[in-house]
Amino acid sequence: MTHAGNNSGSYLDAPHGIASWLLTKDHKRIAILYLISITVFFMIGGLFAAGIRAELLTPAGDLFTADLYNKVFTLHGVVMIFFFLIPSIPATLGNFLVPIMCGAKDLAFPRINLLSWYLYLIGAMLTLGAVFMGGVDTGWTFYTPYSSMASNTNVTLAALGVFIAGFSSILTGFNFIVTVHRMRAPGLTWFRMPLFLWAMYATSLVMILGTPVVAITILLVGAERALGFAIFDPRVGGDPVLFQHLFWFYSHPAVYIMILPGMGVISELVAAVSRKQIFGYSVVAYSSLAIAIIGFLVWGHHMFVSSQSIYAGLVFSIITMIVAVPSAVKTFNWAATMYKGSITWESPTYWVIGFIGLFLVGGLTGLFLGAMGLDVHLHDTYFVVAHFHYIMVGGGVMGFLGGIHFWWPKMTGRTYPETAGKIAAILVFVGFNLTFFPQFVVGYLGMPRRYHAYPEEFQILNVMSTGGATVLGIGYLLIVTYLVASLFKPRNASANPWGATGLEWDIPSPPITLNFETEPIVTEDAYNYIGRAQKAREN
Amino acid sequence: MLQHHFFNMGQQLEASVLGMWVFLVTEVMFFGGLFMAYILYRSMYPDAWLAGSHELNEMLGGINTVVLIFSSLTMALAVRAAQVGSWMGQVVNLILTIIFGTIFLVVKYFEYAAKFEHHLVPGPYFDPARDPAQQLYFSLYFMMTGIHALHMVVGIVLMLIILRMAWKGRFSAEYYGPVEVSGLYWHFVDIVWIFLFPLLYLIGKHH
Repeated sequence: MTHAGNNSGSYLDAPHGIASWLLTKDHKRIAILYLISITVFFMIGGLFAAGIRAELLTPAGDLFTADLYNKVFTLHGVVMIFFFLIPSIPATLGNFLVPIMCGAKDLAFPRINLLSWYLYLIGAMLTLGAVFMGGVDTGWTFYTPYSSMASNTNVTLAALGVFIAGFSSILTGFNFIVTVHRMRAPGLTWFRMPLFLWAMYATSLVMILGTPVVAITILLVGAERALGFAIFDPRVGGDPVLFQHLFWFYSHPAVYIMILPGMGVISELVAAVSRKQIFGYSVVAYSSLAIAIIGFLVWGHHMFVSSQSIYAGLVFSIITMIVAVPSAVKTFNWAATMYKGSITWESPTYWVIGFIGLFLVGGLTGLFLGAMGLDVHLHDTYFVVAHFHYIMVGGGVMGFLGGIHFWWPKMTGRTYPETAGKIAAILVFVGFNLTFFPQFVVGYLGMPRRYHAYPEEFQILNVMSTGGATVLGIGYLLIVTYLVASLFKPRNASANPWGATGLEWDIPSPPITLNFETEPIVTEDAYNYIGRAQKAREN
Repeated sequence: MLQHHFFNMGQQLEASVLGMWVFLVTEVMFFGGLFMAYILYRSMYPDAWLAGSHELNEMLGGINTVVLIFSSLTMALAVRAAQVGSWMGQVVNLILTIIFGTIFLVVKYFEYAAKFEHHLVPGPYFDPARDPAQQLYFSLYFMMTGIHALHMVVGIVLMLIILRMAWKGRFSAEYYGPVEVSGLYWHFVDIVWIFLFPLLYLIGKHH
């Protein structure tokens, strides 16, 4: 249908110039703007991570002082979570794909979509400003009283940055919900929607319900610091643990903002590389909603040792076990989809398998931590660090990179070298495991997080971890290199290089500005690979 | 009036109304954090809450409640006027809504000024003779009513924009979405006050 150079009316070509990008209302261009910004912040966060791993190479705290180390891990967390992971898939792949998968010309509120990118940028700049003014040392959680009475670092500025970036996330979720409800093409019923849309919808629910709560919480800390108000101040009877409740009411669901989109990407990819309808489509769809809803009821498992009553702890522990069920349902269904599928060994396949493997380990170790008795032993050790990296990096980043590899030809019109894609996936998988698996062990043995020095018997495991981080870093750099290099080559991607189903593959690569020449009409279920193959044979 | 990415006017109106409802959900959660802190501290320090509430002027609070309820009436009438295409109805009711909103803020200003005079603003100048837990009450009082007042200011600016559009005759039975969604926002801000007034002003007044 479309060949290189045959679609000069694409969204990348139509109007030229910097202003046409910075003032664009096209969801696809905004996705690209986001992609560039979050990549920059991923690298900044990665530099801080490199600093952490370099410090932990030796038992003595010799590279950084304790204070500086506090700032380094705080900024690693703040940058990676608020400025990379939370916007990562929703604001890039989601922005690009949600309208196209709905069969719409754009998101419901294009101007608000652009505003969301500017808010992200302003928030990011303020937080970077806090870095240059001397950093923040509260940890990414901004716990009071570290962040209120006990800190003399730039908490207000960094928190203001996070507050503003929160609104960019709210606006993205808001736009997706309205788009999915009101702008689906004729024939695209809820249960014909691609599972990526379901995942984005569930993610958006978490964004609009959770983010405002952390926004008001940060505002209260700001009022305490800037105006001398007393909200969490124990000197007048305030309760610092209230901060933790309000914070985790958002920040636990925020974990699902980071992982649900990855699950959505994998659901698309696993069907495409297996050439099969996904196993138990409606169950996978509902499990996204279940995760979003139950995810709001488990925040207390971060606070088993924070003066929470044992009965509250029991309830939170049980609900934590329950929220693992829909995640397990997804994992089983992906495996069942691949079972007896016609698996093609293309680079997205490697990311799919890597994601499932890492998410499995991350999810199962989450059960260890959700069990109250075990958590008392494991709380604030490297076991926790390893667990959430398996979810957020093993799940979130693998899903993001898998999605980027899958939709790159659609977004840019270019292909990348397949072999490089496979090598990168393997490097990231191996490097990641080498980095974080030893941390489970060292954490179980009792190494606490957030210290710059540790006993000598932990050194061998920490050296493995730093070595793994180096491999991981090389893997990421390799990806950036070949993807950027592909941009300098002529457009060579066909409309549907993977032979995948879905509205986005029926339009040229890259798409035209308004996505569709005529309003599409959907006549079949999602992932109708087998039906299409049969039709092709009959013809 | 039909933006490029919608297929028809009906879809555009439905999208903007749903959008405002979704936005209001986020607002509920935003204020929800404050109400959560209120519930916790009120149950921890009932006496401080009673003493703090005693310092508020329920007469001024009551007047403001009535003013806001009337502003919601005029707002609803403005939406109705837009739907039936009455230019006069829209303009008059929008102006009344703006006036009511402004009265509310003026009354609020006098209330705040009195709190400063009586050393009831939390922080170093807070009356040291008082139970320190009352600082929690007044911190929440200022945060809740302050954020609410900020929403009122945003609402008034919104109404001025809508008034300007209405003045130019932009709205009709076919196109009245902006009036309707701004009205939803106005009613929401009104309802927040309906909760704030009894929770802050009327503690212990039920005898």
